[in-house]
Amino acid sequence: MDTFVQQLINGLNIGAIYALIALGYTMVYGILRLINFAHGDVYMVGAFAGYFLALSLGLAAAPSFLSLGIVLVGSMLIAAVVGVIIERFAYRPVRKYSRMTTLIMAIGVSLLIENLFVAQIGAAPRAFPDFLGSQSQLPYRLFGNAAISKAQIVIFLVSVALMVLLQWIVYKTKVGTAMRAVSFNLNSAKLMGINTDAIISLTFGIGSALAAAGGVLTAQYNPNIDPLMGILTGLKAFVAAVLGGIGNIPGAVLGGLLIGAAETFVVGYGHHIGIASTYRDAVAFAILILVLLIRPSGLLGSTVQEKV
Amino acid sequence: MLTLENVSVNYGAIEALTGVSMHVEQGEVVTLIGANGAGKTTTLRTITGLLQPRQGKVIFEGEDISAKPTHKLVARGISMSPEGRGVFANLSVRENLQMGAYLKKNKTEIAADMERAFKMFPRLKERESQKAGTLSGGEQQMLAMGRALMSNPRLLLLDEPSLGLAPLVVHTIFEAIDEIKSKGTTILLVEQNAHAALGHSDRAYVLETGRIVMEGPSKDLANDPRIKEAYLGE
Repeated sequence: MDTFVQQLINGLNIGAIYALIALGYTMVYGILRLINFAHGDVYMVGAFAGYFLALSLGLAAAPSFLSLGIVLVGSMLIAAVVGVIIERFAYRPVRKYSRMTTLIMAIGVSLLIENLFVAQIGAAPRAFPDFLGSQSQLPYRLFGNAAISKAQIVIFLVSVALMVLLQWIVYKTKVGTAMRAVSFNLNSAKLMGINTDAIISLTFGIGSALAAAGGVLTAQYNPNIDPLMGILTGLKAFVAAVLGGIGNIPGAVLGGLLIGAAETFVVGYGHHIGIASTYRDAVAFAILILVLLIRPSGLLGSTVQEKV
Repeated sequence: MLTLENVSVNYGAIEALTGVSMHVEQGEVVTLIGANGAGKTTTLRTITGLLQPRQGKVIFEGEDISAKPTHKLVARGISMSPEGRGVFANLSVRENLQMGAYLKKNKTEIAADMERAFKMFPRLKERESQKAGTLSGGEQQMLAMGRALMSNPRLLLLDEPSLGLAPLVVHTIFEAIDEIKSKGTTILLVEQNAHAALGHSDRAYVLETGRIVMEGPSKDLANDPRIKEAYLGE
């Protein structure tokens, strides 16, 4: 029982991060039918933006909730700008061509960002400041041997808050209604007077900010950040979005939590059924293959709709 | 109010419109009739900037709007109810109407406009919080028109409002068109249903394979033997 609760806490924690990133994939897909392969790298850029922000503001020496808050918000803003720039200068000019062109462009942008970072700051991992003192402090005992760390609590609270905020923006505000309108029919949305390019920029901005939050939060749990950290995490978050039903916002959250939980349960219980914990990263992709075979539209996705 | 001067439009190498010239005056209902593929929808897409003319000009109230982006036209006073209804199926009826009033800031004005739409189409009021995708074809058409009116346009473009609807619903739609006209909104009506379109308009243009082949007062065209044979099935 202890192990189960512990694995569940760990799994949902990692899952919350996947969910934050998956939201960006799903929102961009919903609006442009584009798999933004550079999204995992924006997550990495977010983590590094937080890292350099902490260094330049001297916040690493002053660990506190406030410092984390400043770094979190700052990195979200920087990543939002990066996301908007990527859309404006890489995706928008090729939007009128085939979807394949945009996809190749996304892969190109992804590789470009990764290699720029490797060239500029090196591939060696850096240690992200531990704002919460989580790594030196004992986690809070729940019962038995199950425990939860300060970082985990913060990750839960912040990611839930961000998801609630996103839900509110998308379903309760005028601009969110416009985002849903654009995702359903771009031309009809233009006829309403909606500046669809601005809405698309906004979507990239919000998605990128969420990924950056994921980056900074992950770094409170696992402080090693490096320029290629976005590859595997990004792919898993993408799988989470597909699992939930790509284009579907609650689906991305559900998918993220499930992938996170599946991963830690493999570590916790896999050996009972002969699966070594080293298979944890394979699980997400095994799930992807199963989903595509059994339910291609994902858990919450409706029937696959082709855009005309 | 609206003038098309010698407009030609291409889809790639295929010429969809050839030298189309037409005009719509303040307060008129003008209809554009023609068979499937004659270029009716292309004409509307060109007016709204979804397509760019290869040559010629679209002029609205003295301003050349040929190259204006689509989303700027609502603010100029042009609104369109698109073909296939183009409602946002994933949004509720109320949200669709709100999108029609996207550029408006004044909440009381929006609420008043929404009441007006509900008054014109009481069925929409009953379905207010339903997703537009769950509405019947006729209700979706009512919603598309109600939504287009939310911006209080001076020129309303209607693309095939009667397409695929039962005769009784077609009747309701054309009554609404009469009502919109009586309130002073100018209408350009694109229709395959020539009979109804000629009966509810002041003037008409007949489009055949991308060219205007006939024009005149709707009453005259309705009695023209060529029109009767080709479009009215008489």
